[in-house]
Amino acid sequence: MIEVENLTKQFGTKTAVDNLSFKVSPGEVLGFLGPNGAGKSTTMRMVTGFIPPTSGDARLCGISIVDNPTEAKKKVGYLPESAPLYNDMTVIGFLRFCADIRGLNGTAKKDAVDHAIDTCFLGSVATQAIDTLSKGYRHRTCLAQSLLHDPEILILDEPTDGLDPNQKYEIRQLIKRLGKTKTVLFSTHILEEVEAACTRAVIVDRGIIVADGTPSELLAQSGTGSLYDLFRTLTTRETAA
Amino acid sequence: MKSIWTIFKREFVSYFTHPIAYAVIVVFLFLSLILTFTLGSFLEARDASLTYSFFLYLPLVLMVLVPAVGMKLWTDEQRNGTIELLGTFPISTRSVIFGKFFAAAAVWFVALALTFPIWITVNWLGDPDNLTILSGYIGAFLVCCTFLSITLLVSAFTRDQVICLVVSAAICIILVLGTFEPFVQSYSKALWDWLVASITSIGVWDHYLSLARGLFRIQDFVWFAAIIVACLFGTSAVLSAKRS
Repeated sequence: MIEVENLTKQFGTKTAVDNLSFKVSPGEVLGFLGPNGAGKSTTMRMVTGFIPPTSGDARLCGISIVDNPTEAKKKVGYLPESAPLYNDMTVIGFLRFCADIRGLNGTAKKDAVDHAIDTCFLGSVATQAIDTLSKGYRHRTCLAQSLLHDPEILILDEPTDGLDPNQKYEIRQLIKRLGKTKTVLFSTHILEEVEAACTRAVIVDRGIIVADGTPSELLAQSGTGSLYDLFRTLTTRETAA
Repeated sequence: MKSIWTIFKREFVSYFTHPIAYAVIVVFLFLSLILTFTLGSFLEARDASLTYSFFLYLPLVLMVLVPAVGMKLWTDEQRNGTIELLGTFPISTRSVIFGKFFAAAAVWFVALALTFPIWITVNWLGDPDNLTILSGYIGAFLVCCTFLSITLLVSAFTRDQVICLVVSAAICIILVLGTFEPFVQSYSKALWDWLVASITSIGVWDHYLSLARGLFRIQDFVWFAAIIVACLFGTSAVLSAKRS
């Protein structure tokens, strides 16, 4: 369960996230849509505790990220937008390091690492150094670290960014499967993913929510049955119409 | 505690998978021992001790080499984006800072330990006081830790390794040369005695040399501890400030 309440973030005079509130329940997959600069990544970084909010709070399984960050972070698996990794480690070395950080030991650690490698199809590159991997494999390695401790909440920032169509399909199927038992929040630019993987979607623009509903509700709201048209209508356009 | 150990393990192994640790250690060994046999007049002085031959010139070598080991500590994380991973793991920033600091200190422990041939040599050629030599090594290790903590603080400010190296080396150089005998002699003529005494007690030599001579004074440990603790806390403060 993710409960975001009046989350605000200001960088100097610029308000990146403006009084955002939403809830994601277990078994739900919430898609976070919006143009670049809308505040999606900033929101996710606040919810996962990377940056502190200017005001407001986010509760992960009831634990506040502001008051009790260490406990709250144990509940989340997070895939950052840039899929950062330690280039000098091997895939399995990196996953073992993350498992150690997550407090897994002995057989539990070995099983968790093996399971994450299988889930993310990393078997063929497990002993390779991370800096030799292609983008798709790097993304999947970072996704694997978010799944190691079997968290109740998954927060994924553009999980299919830069992947080829086959990889995109695999990741979406994975998200759908995980979403049945976990609480998943993921951000994307790709509108087909909303219908493919989400149970609900939210469109943000300039730090505020401009639409919220299930994929069918949003399609109905658009008037033309196209999410693309709804997106174009509700969000700011930088070029002339 | 376990998270400090996990971070320590990762960083320590990472140092030895890159050429940097090997390059710095080899250069350190060369320079420190060359200075021992030339400026330090180890053989000519015929003195069975390492204090005025080996240990005396160590800070001059350390002031530029220690920042080279410490400079990647935070700059790499910030440049690769892995700082976002560390920031969302259920570990405190303090654990990460300590883990990194201990890993870099361990690299310097290895470097100092590899100077053991000179210790064997001085025992072979004469009958030195080994406890004094041990105290000298402790002093050298504390100087490394002090310079590392300064480098760690500077590396939290920047994404660029070169800036980090130059700024932290500059600070270490000022601490070392500012209180080095020949320099002290030139400015002590111009300044009041109490000011000269204050400046020399802020610098490295007074505290390091007393340990190199075998003296364990409280004020020396206070000096080392104060700088190390202040820099580590400062690093934590800078990292939190950068994110808010």
